[in-house]
Amino acid sequence: MTPHVILRVVSKFLIPLIAMFAFYVQFHGDYGPGGGFQAGVILAASVILYALIFGLDAAKKAIPPSWVRIGMSLGVLLYGGTGVATWFLGGEFLNYSVFTPDHPSHGQHYGILAVELGVLLAVASVMVAIFYAFGSRQPDLTDEDW
Amino acid sequence: MDILSAYPGWLIEHGAALLVILPLLMGAITAIMPSERLSWVTTMIVTLVLTVTSFGLLLTIMGGESQLYRLGGWDPPHGISFVIDGLNTPVLFLISAMALLTTLYALPSVAAEVEPKKRPPFYAAFMVGVAGLIGMVVTGDAFNVFVFLEVSSISTYVLVAMGASRDRRALTAAYNYLILGSIGATFFVIGLGFLYMETGTLNMADIGRILADLDGGSRVAMVAFGFITIGLGLKLAMFPLHMWLPGAYAHAPSFVTVFLASTATKAALYLMLRFTFTVFDPSFDYVITVVTYVLTGLGIAAMLFASLQAIFQTDARRALAFSSIAQVGYMLLGIGIATAAGLSAGYLHLLNHAVIKGALFLCLGAFWYRYGITRIDDFAGLGKMMPWTMGAFTLAGLSLIGVPATAGFVSKLNLVKAALDKEWYWAATIIVVTSVLAIIYIGRMLLTAYFQSPPEIDGEVVAKNEAPLMMLIPMWFLVLLSVAIGINADLISDAARDAAAVLMSGGS
Amino acid sequence: MFSTIFQNYHWSIVIILMMVGLYVVFSSRNLIKKLVGLSVFQTSVFLLYITIGKVAGGQPPILVEDHGSGGGGGEEHHASAVTNLMAGGESVAAGGAHHGAEILYSNPLPHVLILTAIVVGVATLAIGLALVVRIREVYGSIEEDVINNIDYRYNLEGTAD
Repeated sequence: MTPHVILRVVSKFLIPLIAMFAFYVQFHGDYGPGGGFQAGVILAASVILYALIFGLDAAKKAIPPSWVRIGMSLGVLLYGGTGVATWFLGGEFLNYSVFTPDHPSHGQHYGILAVELGVLLAVASVMVAIFYAFGSRQPDLTDEDW
Repeated sequence: MDILSAYPGWLIEHGAALLVILPLLMGAITAIMPSERLSWVTTMIVTLVLTVTSFGLLLTIMGGESQLYRLGGWDPPHGISFVIDGLNTPVLFLISAMALLTTLYALPSVAAEVEPKKRPPFYAAFMVGVAGLIGMVVTGDAFNVFVFLEVSSISTYVLVAMGASRDRRALTAAYNYLILGSIGATFFVIGLGFLYMETGTLNMADIGRILADLDGGSRVAMVAFGFITIGLGLKLAMFPLHMWLPGAYAHAPSFVTVFLASTATKAALYLMLRFTFTVFDPSFDYVITVVTYVLTGLGIAAMLFASLQAIFQTDARRALAFSSIAQVGYMLLGIGIATAAGLSAGYLHLLNHAVIKGALFLCLGAFWYRYGITRIDDFAGLGKMMPWTMGAFTLAGLSLIGVPATAGFVSKLNLVKAALDKEWYWAATIIVVTSVLAIIYIGRMLLTAYFQSPPEIDGEVVAKNEAPLMMLIPMWFLVLLSVAIGINADLISDAARDAAAVLMSGGS
Repeated sequence: MFSTIFQNYHWSIVIILMMVGLYVVFSSRNLIKKLVGLSVFQTSVFLLYITIGKVAGGQPPILVEDHGSGGGGGEEHHASAVTNLMAGGESVAAGGAHHGAEILYSNPLPHVLILTAIVVGVATLAIGLALVVRIREVYGSIEEDVINNIDYRYNLEGTAD
């Protein structure tokens, strides 16, 4: 099966770049516009592009649905866990300053980094999960009927 | 206050955040659990912790201390703060206690109504819904209210749609609920946008302060009030905006119906109180106009029309759903009276109605569980077939009508007194008239159950088959609670009076 | 009158989108079209919020480090801004002028709020579409009239539960 050669070649080239751009957006969120939400959607877009070009089954082999489910929960837990950790260190919920008591702004920095990673994981997984959920439904119109 | 000293200090100190965070995180874990039993046990533990925590908070409130929890250590109005005061703590306790009781009931009920594979995610959605409801009650930040409102609504749509394995109309009911619920939430958020334009802050106490300084503000604040009232009205099933409610209650799994009927509209009603009386203030003339003419009018209309509609339903769950809309009318009337007595009567009815309607829907769920019936005509002989469940249904039904020595009587009496104090004799008359209507629709069910003989299948009378103990315990707990309130209402009346005091003082 | 509309074109766009969205939700009998209308309605609110955040001539609200005082100085400056906020002192996030009248920032808060609202909107849309897929599988149609008709006939047969 070799239709859409150009699409396949170009997307093979693009997908790693899209994923990398996602991480750029993620970590650049410290200094400028960016952050977990945007990065998560971009990362999910790379998976969705892969599924569109190479088929849903190939995508599910690369990123299994069970990983996606665990990713969703893990993302939320990473976010919430950061908050719970601040509890155990004696601060209010999500008060990152307690991570480095003598230098509060560093603590804020680490805290937001962990939280944004959680957001990235959760958003990317949810987007992929939504795509998988809709994509795996059997179409009751075949391609010829269209 | 002996009980309170048994609580660890951190539980009270961080309780406000724990109430939201715990179900949210455990919901995320439950979603990927492999076993159904494990997910039920987790839900049980979480709701138990919630109940214990909110009870502790309730005790501190009774001791006269209100709390402000700063999330992330950021001071309000910049940071998001959680507020624990006399107005929201009883509602918090109501939500967590109802969650605990319905979880107990859920084990047999969910086993009968939801497909096995979907059960762990079902419990996860339930816990996220609880977190959303608690969040929207506890938060002191107006935009946070919207977020939690949507968190609870979205999980509720899912929970309602889970009824599809029993009745496919659950899907369309959930869809209609989704459309109207989203429109309501969007109206609410438009209102918040206008409020932010007017005041430049999102902290509810801060908005209230600035609006008071501006003496009600310009037309922008007026428009904001309109949008917020309509948005919340959709969520709490205010009379002409109630179209989503009967379908959602009638077709959801019975455990979800119980939880929705006793908490979801109540939390929205709490928000209505909070926004009308503490964020805005009845001393602004546009607010008092809406409260006196619109809310009262719609409340009266709901009491009359929804009660009448309830009489003509063939399906028992739909009949009780319409009755819920009518009861929301009573609470709106309490708000409309807008005196301390009226507010505390409305607030009392909010709490009592949650107990009563919870018990009634628990009984209906048990009927379905044993015999698969929801139509009133099929109730024939239930008095003999399920004596304990029907007994609970009867007592709760009497309480809904407002027979003396039940919870319903206490709140209706207070409401009538408040109306008479304000010399609204017509309102008092309508309360009595709608109670008569309630006699008709509850009486119809009781008559069928007790004075018709059980149906015969193949010449044999259908055997007696009582509901399992797991269902009877929460049911009778609520029924006995309602009778206890009817006999001695001091404790709950005090709570309602404190809440009304918070409202009348403008939230400070 | 027209000049008022065009001068306040952002409000006009918000109002038009809002009305179009609501009209589609209420008038359309097709479940997917209703969701489309709902999305348009929600989008109009996003626009409403973003127009609130605009400050005439405002810069993007990014904290620029003060390069004059070296690397460490910038960090300290950042820290002092944070501690200021935590003490409930001078407002950094509330928009408007910061550092006296030197730089005028746009208000970032509405954008953040709308980010949340967009996520909520996506979740609602996903649930809505999932429901429509299930409805289509069960009823074989996504036209409301057809579905109501099926339910009505089902009720008439008296097997409703």
